[in-house]
Amino acid sequence: MREIQVSAVTEAIAELCIEANYELSSDMKAVFEQAKETEEGPLGRQILEQLEENLQIAKTDRIPICQDTGMAVVFVEIGQDVHLAGGSLEEAIHAGVRKGYTEGYLRKSVVKDPIYRENTKDNTPAVIHYSIVPGDKVTVTVAPKGFGSENMSRIFMLKPADGIEGVKDAVMTAVRDAGPNACPPMVVGVGIGGTFEKCAYLAKKALTLPADSHSEIPYVRELEAELLQKINGLGIGPGGLGGTKTALAVNILTYPTHIAGLPVAVNICCHVNRHATRIL
Amino acid sequence: MDRYIEVPVKDNRILEELRAGDYVYITGTLYTARDAAHKRMYEALAAGEPLPIDMKNNMIYYMGPSPAREGRVIGSAGPTTASRMDKYAPAFLDLGLKGMIGKGKRSRAVIDGIVKNKAVYFAAVGGAGALLSKRITASRVVAYEDLGTEAIRELRVENFPVIVVIDTKGNNLYETAAKAYQKKG
Repeated sequence: MREIQVSAVTEAIAELCIEANYELSSDMKAVFEQAKETEEGPLGRQILEQLEENLQIAKTDRIPICQDTGMAVVFVEIGQDVHLAGGSLEEAIHAGVRKGYTEGYLRKSVVKDPIYRENTKDNTPAVIHYSIVPGDKVTVTVAPKGFGSENMSRIFMLKPADGIEGVKDAVMTAVRDAGPNACPPMVVGVGIGGTFEKCAYLAKKALTLPADSHSEIPYVRELEAELLQKINGLGIGPGGLGGTKTALAVNILTYPTHIAGLPVAVNICCHVNRHATRIL
Repeated sequence: MDRYIEVPVKDNRILEELRAGDYVYITGTLYTARDAAHKRMYEALAAGEPLPIDMKNNMIYYMGPSPAREGRVIGSAGPTTASRMDKYAPAFLDLGLKGMIGKGKRSRAVIDGIVKNKAVYFAAVGGAGALLSKRITASRVVAYEDLGTEAIRELRVENFPVIVVIDTKGNNLYETAAKAYQKKG
């Protein structure tokens, strides 16, 4: 059994928090570049050019891409042949977030209680999703999530009779309502199937997929392409100021579900769709 | 159309000439306030207590920055979603607030308050916080320091780029702009 010290997890998380907030991953750069080339609106193009300049400034001057450096969502895949030693894994993850957000000059946006709302001042706790996988590696993904777009995300408990058309309507409803609030051009993560919480998890997980990747399931791949086209036909455009690029990507994950249900979750992300991964 | 304005607003006719869709460069003083500061000011107003900033002829930027590095004025400094301030904005407009800078839609009550008081709602580009920070030349906390990033800051800005979304007549760019690019199917 391979032994990994939890202190290595702390270090990795801290670095990933910083990395994600200062530079977009290559998949996001690819879809962004494509959007700039195909945007038809002059104001839309101007906004996309500003966003590109913003990315450049963030990287060279070491200023976070967006002031909302997010609540840290952390996905941890733990190989079942790994022994995590040297303390609590959960504590190590929170310590990594604390270190990254403090040393990286990132905004502390987390409040201790949803009603009494006192800032924790170090951006902890993170939201952590664990999974146990075969092998002897630990894979950590940090996806800082801004709330301008998180607030526009939705869950729809559809009926089986609603079918694929119902799914399309649900996604379009969420995107239309989000409009300029979610800092378009957006990335849309969709979870279909499972249970109430499973579809939400899938939608979040879909946002961490490479934005320029497509589902391996033929009908899902077609659905991704169709929804992207429909969303871009809404006219919302970059910054919500009109244009043909309202979304950069639609990524969908599915899961088996119950005979009586068709849960659909739509997790909306802004153009600053941050995700950084490391394998330990 | 590109316009250049100074804040505080000395002559309201300058605002009344602005139209939804105009690109505006603001120079002067802006105050930052977001959810927590709005709530606190609103409660102070209800209790008959003085507000920490003068609303008259001023503008509020809905923004909470990331921390500044040593030797820098401010960190990343882009707009937050304006609709969360909708509950409080009409009362401040009635006190003479002349502009709000944020992103996203506003409520009917806020639009009515804008028209009634001849004020303007501007959008700054959401998610361009690094770029926008370059137009901020000074920043100091003037109230509610305990709120951290949500404290009220007085900013000095030079040619700060914004777009008129709702003008003094109530024209709304978000409603008109999307229609021009809508496609069937």
